[in-house]
Amino acid sequence: MELILVNLIDGLVTGLLLFMLSAGLTLIFSMMGVLNFAHASFYMLGAYFAYQISLFLGFWMGLLIAPVIVGLLGALVERYGLRRVHQYGHVPELIFTFGLALLIEELVQFIWGKDQMPYTVPEILQFSAFSIAGNAIPAYKVFMIFISVGIFIGLLFVLTRTRVGMVIQAALSYPRTVEALGHNVPLVFMGVFGVGTALAGVAGVIAGPVLSTFPGMAVVLGSIVFVTIVIGGLGSLSGALVASLLIGWITTFAKAYTLRMEDFLSWIGFHKPVDMSESLLRDVWTLTSPQVADILPYLLMVLILVFRPYGLFGKRDA
Amino acid sequence: MTDTTLHSSQPRLITLGGALPWLIGSLFLLVMPQVFTSNSAITIMNQMAITIVFALSYNMLLGQGGMLSFGHAVYMGMGGFMCVHFMNYIEDYSLPIPLPVLPIFGGLFGMGVAMIIGSFSTRKAGTIFAMISLGVGELIAACSVIIVAFFGGEEGVSGDRTMGPPVFGIEFLHQIEVYYLTAFWLVLSALLMYLFSRTPVGRMANAVRDNPERAEFLGYSSRWVRFFSFVAAGFFAGIAGGLFAINYEIVTEENLNLVQSGSILLITFLGGVGFFFGPILGAIVFTLLQSVLSLQTEIWQLYLGLLFVATVMFFPGGLAGVIMMHTLPFRLGKARLLLRPYVKTLLPALIGLLGTAGGMEILYHLRHAALGENEMSLYWISFDSHSVLPIAICLLTAAGGFWLAKRNAPELADAWHEANTPNGGVA
Repeated sequence: MELILVNLIDGLVTGLLLFMLSAGLTLIFSMMGVLNFAHASFYMLGAYFAYQISLFLGFWMGLLIAPVIVGLLGALVERYGLRRVHQYGHVPELIFTFGLALLIEELVQFIWGKDQMPYTVPEILQFSAFSIAGNAIPAYKVFMIFISVGIFIGLLFVLTRTRVGMVIQAALSYPRTVEALGHNVPLVFMGVFGVGTALAGVAGVIAGPVLSTFPGMAVVLGSIVFVTIVIGGLGSLSGALVASLLIGWITTFAKAYTLRMEDFLSWIGFHKPVDMSESLLRDVWTLTSPQVADILPYLLMVLILVFRPYGLFGKRDA
Repeated sequence: MTDTTLHSSQPRLITLGGALPWLIGSLFLLVMPQVFTSNSAITIMNQMAITIVFALSYNMLLGQGGMLSFGHAVYMGMGGFMCVHFMNYIEDYSLPIPLPVLPIFGGLFGMGVAMIIGSFSTRKAGTIFAMISLGVGELIAACSVIIVAFFGGEEGVSGDRTMGPPVFGIEFLHQIEVYYLTAFWLVLSALLMYLFSRTPVGRMANAVRDNPERAEFLGYSSRWVRFFSFVAAGFFAGIAGGLFAINYEIVTEENLNLVQSGSILLITFLGGVGFFFGPILGAIVFTLLQSVLSLQTEIWQLYLGLLFVATVMFFPGGLAGVIMMHTLPFRLGKARLLLRPYVKTLLPALIGLLGTAGGMEILYHLRHAALGENEMSLYWISFDSHSVLPIAICLLTAAGGFWLAKRNAPELADAWHEANTPNGGVA
């Protein structure tokens, strides 16, 4: 029972982290109809910038400054890259962001090299907040939960309670009408892109110390983020939240509890072959849940797409 | 004005103009190993041929069908794995299957996999299709480490191509014999893919790419049209995989992961998706670049990334698109006009690029070379990378080159306009 609680917290941390990325991605997608492949690369940039800043000014300044720089970079990419490619259509836009992801990875390697950066949790947070049945929960995890929840409440407030948020919401559905009412829609697009990438940057800053800061970190998280927003339903913010938490918990629990395929197959009535080395299905028999934990999201995505193509909460056709 | 609908005379099936490129291409393939006889050259040519088949099959999706796939390597990898397993069966059970027909099994297997995945992924084009292809690609790449019986785990599956029955006394011991086998399959599959693009299904794929709604109104199911293209692309990707298996005698997880899928997108797009020969160009240029640049510099992938992003932004037609832009000036007989402005603009631009690249190399060396190792060589000159002079020279060259190119650019634009205007036209 206690272990379940620990895993729930771990899954929550992973899920919230995923949501920070998928929220920005979803906002950008529902506004511009383009899936930003380089989104996870901005997350990586956030971690690297924060590391570089933390060398001179400490962790907290990194947390403040790095997302701003990442957001500005994102806005520049939208203004001078995406807007130009937009005229060619959606597929070239996707290809552009894909190329950008490649380019950012190479640039990071160019500047910081291929090795992992010694970016660590600040000393002030290096203690255990509380412990559940002997399992210490580090304070940094609690801090991550608070930061991400705080950002979401802020985001929700801006989107639903302020004038800017209203304009953004209106521009989501009727960009031309909003433009006719005298709002600068391209500027709104640029702003949303910037904020979305800045969110990814924040995620990078706070995830860098625990998930390690290395050039492959974008690829590791990137495809999971896409899977998340496809499962949640493209363009649905609440869907992104549910899917992020779902994936966070599924992967954590699959890793924590060893369920064996052998037991399952025997339970539904198959008999284990005596000579395993000859059987073509020998790998199926020896599967365990920690082994497949990382591919469960992909499996879930394929299943969702087959049975419910719009995703869990999706309403619109992509 | 002539009304073409009234004179729709039956076109001849095979015309000289249509067959000529194929004949020249085949002849070229026959002669190449006589010109470049070294083993490494033949290895590169084999790699090129395989990449061409793969890129052409990818372009069936991207260029002709408008489907952006991030997981096309899956079908090539699957075909490759199947072929290696077949090779091993032939060895173990002495089956009378000659090596040259093996790629067809790879193709059929790739096609089978494409049928399963295409049954749900081709429902929609665009973003959804791209996402599904990415997810499936990740899924299968991850499975390949787990399911050892088929994928061989981390070290992959290896075979021996020489164990099959000899074909006309050839046992495929030598690289050159494999080259001719690959070349044969290259010509055959390229021809088949070209012919596919000329069939009604191939034509409808273009229609569905451009306007699925209208295609539906004409009574075609855009989903089925996409499905057919997808399955055919899977078949030819499988053939490419089979050729890979025969060439390298080993297939690993690397052959079907996302990196491979991404690089085929890069190759195809750089070559140009709008024309049939675009991917061929892309594969040739990319393979050459890869084998030349990777020897010269450590950061060649950075250059490649820059080139790719620049291509997407400024030349969405790719290399083939740039070449085909010049057909009109040639037809008007005005291509000569472009020569001088090209030299005056592109030469300084090239110098500027070389200067920039030099600066980047020095910076990279500065940051990442081992401590105390200050000497580096660039453009056949050795110098101390920590001194200011070399990088200053590079930056000045770059700035000067680009300034000159920018100054001459309007002249090029004028010449371009002039060369594309017919004589006596409204100038």
